[in-house]
Amino acid sequence: MRYTILVYETEAELAARTDPKRKDAYWGAYRAYTKALRDAGVMVGGAALEPPPAATTVRQRDGKRRVQDGPFAETKEQLGGFVMIDVPSLDKALEWAARCPSASTGAAEVRPNMPPPPGA
Amino acid sequence: MTDVAAAAELAARAAYGRLVASLAARWRDVARAEDALGDALLAALETWPRTGVPDRPEAWLLTAARRRLVDGARHTTVTAAAEADLTLMLEERAEQEPSSVPDDRLALLFVCAHPAIDEAARTPLMLQTVLGLDAARIASAFLVAPATMSQRLVRVKARIREAGIRFEIPASPELAARLDAVLEAIYAAYGSGWEDVAGSDPRRRGLAEEAIWLGRLAARLLPDQPEAHGLLALMLYCEARRAARRDAAGAYVPLGQQDSGRWSRPMIEEAERILTGAARFKAAGRFQLEAAIQSVHAQRARTGDTDWQAVALLYEGLLRHAPTIGARVAHAAALGEVRDAEAGLAALDAIPPDDIATYQPYWALRGHLLTATGRATEAGDAYDRAIGLSEDPAVRAFLLARRA
Repeated sequence: MRYTILVYETEAELAARTDPKRKDAYWGAYRAYTKALRDAGVMVGGAALEPPPAATTVRQRDGKRRVQDGPFAETKEQLGGFVMIDVPSLDKALEWAARCPSASTGAAEVRPNMPPPPGA
Repeated sequence: MTDVAAAAELAARAAYGRLVASLAARWRDVARAEDALGDALLAALETWPRTGVPDRPEAWLLTAARRRLVDGARHTTVTAAAEADLTLMLEERAEQEPSSVPDDRLALLFVCAHPAIDEAARTPLMLQTVLGLDAARIASAFLVAPATMSQRLVRVKARIREAGIRFEIPASPELAARLDAVLEAIYAAYGSGWEDVAGSDPRRRGLAEEAIWLGRLAARLLPDQPEAHGLLALMLYCEARRAARRDAAGAYVPLGQQDSGRWSRPMIEEAERILTGAARFKAAGRFQLEAAIQSVHAQRARTGDTDWQAVALLYEGLLRHAPTIGARVAHAAALGEVRDAEAGLAALDAIPPDDIATYQPYWALRGHLLTATGRATEAGDAYDRAIGLSEDPAVRAFLLARRA
């Protein structure tokens, strides 16, 4: 079964990525996390995303196009990245979510990847 | 909440496990026993604040719950087996309120850890039926989705009913093996999801208190079973060190560097008394050996150092009784102290790779031992694995600092 772990990070956590005092710990933890995922043979893919100010959101309504700077919604915790894994069960997926460094500051949401509908 | 309401709730909660056990033992249906008791508790919380808590709250609840079960049985098809129980129940009802509730909790513990029940479901079932914990709390402790946990508990209770698992204490030829399963299920609640019990965040107690409570219950109900006492001693030794696992700044402190002055003396003394009592039966077992290992660590509070030779020997004994991955890794750590890092690494290499792919303590120890032999690159890789497998931010930060 494929699951995607959506990683939600607080503003402070996102700032740690470039903070000279905190960036080593931040990236060290994430490098180790992805290494553990790879070594366990469960990693399918994933990426860290540039922070929300780098986002551009597009909406099409009534034939009109609206393009907006910033993420689709302003929330305290923002999508900071995702990891796609292949594990036998939701229990195993939750184990990996709990190990995600941002789970202890933001949140790690686990969603099963939907299989393609029949005929698709 | 008013004082009366609080007293009512307290009385009701204190009686929970004993009442579920008593009802389930008669009806051989844990789910219906819990439902009936749940209704009785609601009635109590409604009635008692007005009328005051009755002299024998347990008897009041038992009578109310039995009434629910009997009423429920009238509305459903009554099988021949249940009919017999029903008759018995009506007879008992006739003798007014029972003066005391028989303690069937031991039988309930054995049902929860019955061989026909999936190992992963045993501890959750025990926590729910004996202590009345809700599925959501159990789910968090075991890192399982709450909906999944609820389903599992419903299924396992249906299985007890359908398989006709008997509410009884096993006879002596079987008792030892069945007792192991009970004790393992209690110990699993102590760790509840944490791979490294000693390292886990002291603020996140998990279900440690609940597990110790169950351990006390098992030891009291089985006074002649040294392993039940061994388990209780083991949990008390570990619990005694809780405060010392973090420094003032909240940083992780490994066992060897803990300030033994911050260990709980009374808890260690209680553990020592219990373990000494268990040793009089002269029947060593897994939990007594694990407790004995913790006892050696506890000696440091008096002597100032750790007798690693004794620790290594006790782990060798433990591996004969219970060759778990945790024990194998801890044995390797002891060898690393008694002999040298190479000896520890050799013990680690002997563990099958599939068993340790996601076992954090293995990789943390491997990083430590490789550093000691000067193999910095390999050590860095092992530490990365350990960091990536850590759940606890304090442990993660500690390992990141070690790796640097």
